[in-house]
Amino acid sequence: MDRMPPLEDFPAPIAAGFSPASLPRPASLAALFWAISGIALQGFGGVLAVVQRELVEKKQWLTTEEFVEDWAVSQIMPGPNVVNLALIIGDRYFGWRGALVALAGMLTFPLFVVMALTIGLAGIGHLPAVQGALRGMGAVSAGLIAGTGIRLVPALRNNVMGTLACALIATSVFIAIAFLRVPLAWTLLGIGLPAFFWALQRIRALDATPQGQV
Amino acid sequence: MTGFGYGNLLDLLGCFVTLSLLSVGGAITTVPEMQRFLVSQNPWLTDGQFSASIALAQAAPGPNVLFVAVLGWNVGMASGGGPANGPLPWALASAAMAVSMVGIIIPSTMLTFFAARWGQRNRERPEVRAFKQSMAPVVIALLVATGWLLTASHGNLQQAPLLWLLTVASALLVWKTRIHLLWLIGAGALAGVLGLV
Repeated sequence: MDRMPPLEDFPAPIAAGFSPASLPRPASLAALFWAISGIALQGFGGVLAVVQRELVEKKQWLTTEEFVEDWAVSQIMPGPNVVNLALIIGDRYFGWRGALVALAGMLTFPLFVVMALTIGLAGIGHLPAVQGALRGMGAVSAGLIAGTGIRLVPALRNNVMGTLACALIATSVFIAIAFLRVPLAWTLLGIGLPAFFWALQRIRALDATPQGQV
Repeated sequence: MTGFGYGNLLDLLGCFVTLSLLSVGGAITTVPEMQRFLVSQNPWLTDGQFSASIALAQAAPGPNVLFVAVLGWNVGMASGGGPANGPLPWALASAAMAVSMVGIIIPSTMLTFFAARWGQRNRERPEVRAFKQSMAPVVIALLVATGWLLTASHGNLQQAPLLWLLTVASALLVWKTRIHLLWLIGAGALAGVLGLV
């Protein structure tokens, strides 16, 4: 297993000059607000796929690894996951002001849109065409969520637990949730907790070796 | 039957504050509890109004927690006598909507904010690193499983083959291409309007 992530895993500025200050980041609170608002308004049936596209791939404010780490915290904490994610990203760049601004960006315009829909569409929600459109959009957004998950798999490449353990953990979580319908809390206890202790043991073993940096 | 009034705003706030702290996996996981509180325990919404509120919010862009705003709005609107009944139902609906959103958002975001900061300060600790490393394959699998479950809720492969095809095709396109996601959503809506799926 790799002890050091290969150099090409870092964004170019770090690999070239080791200067994190030159990494892409939001220029101002306003830029953060508009970026998050734009993402939220594109997120039909789930904002996560758009966050990954815009912040990781286009703007490169986050690496895939950072994105997966922040997403893990967002998902394990109570509350709407993408709202938590926006909060964490905002906080990282601008402290509590960034967290508030990101929260506002995620909720303000979508709240107006959903209220306008509630007031405007109150009478036609039962029409077959509307029902059909909702069903079709639902099927696509289900695919977007699953596809985003697959797209994040490269973030596991340097995982301390090793490829085999990661594959085993991911497969058993999928089977537990999708087929056996085990509640999330039990899945986390039954699979996440053993995985945590395995990772902890690997990290301690690597730290004990002289050049062990993970 | 006693409808919802301004005196009930605190009850509504209490309900959503509690659920906010319990909503691991997103607010959508507490829907059964919300239904119990708003439909069964209190006569504020009918079953139909409840599920219509959620379906409508799902169709709108943005985080799906906004269904709570729609629920709050409809609680106030239904008890106030509907939109044609003058300004009173609109005021009650706005108040109920604001209270519901504050209740569902503030507690969980406060908790996440401080937990994430603690994790950031202690990111060198073996426990924090182990948490992040071990959760990575878990959350990736959760995403794929969520996509699976969302489509499965419409029926299995035999009952809804074209719907599954649509899901798999969009998953492949997201994975392998950089096509704009709104095109995919639009194609899904069109296929639905035409009755293909």
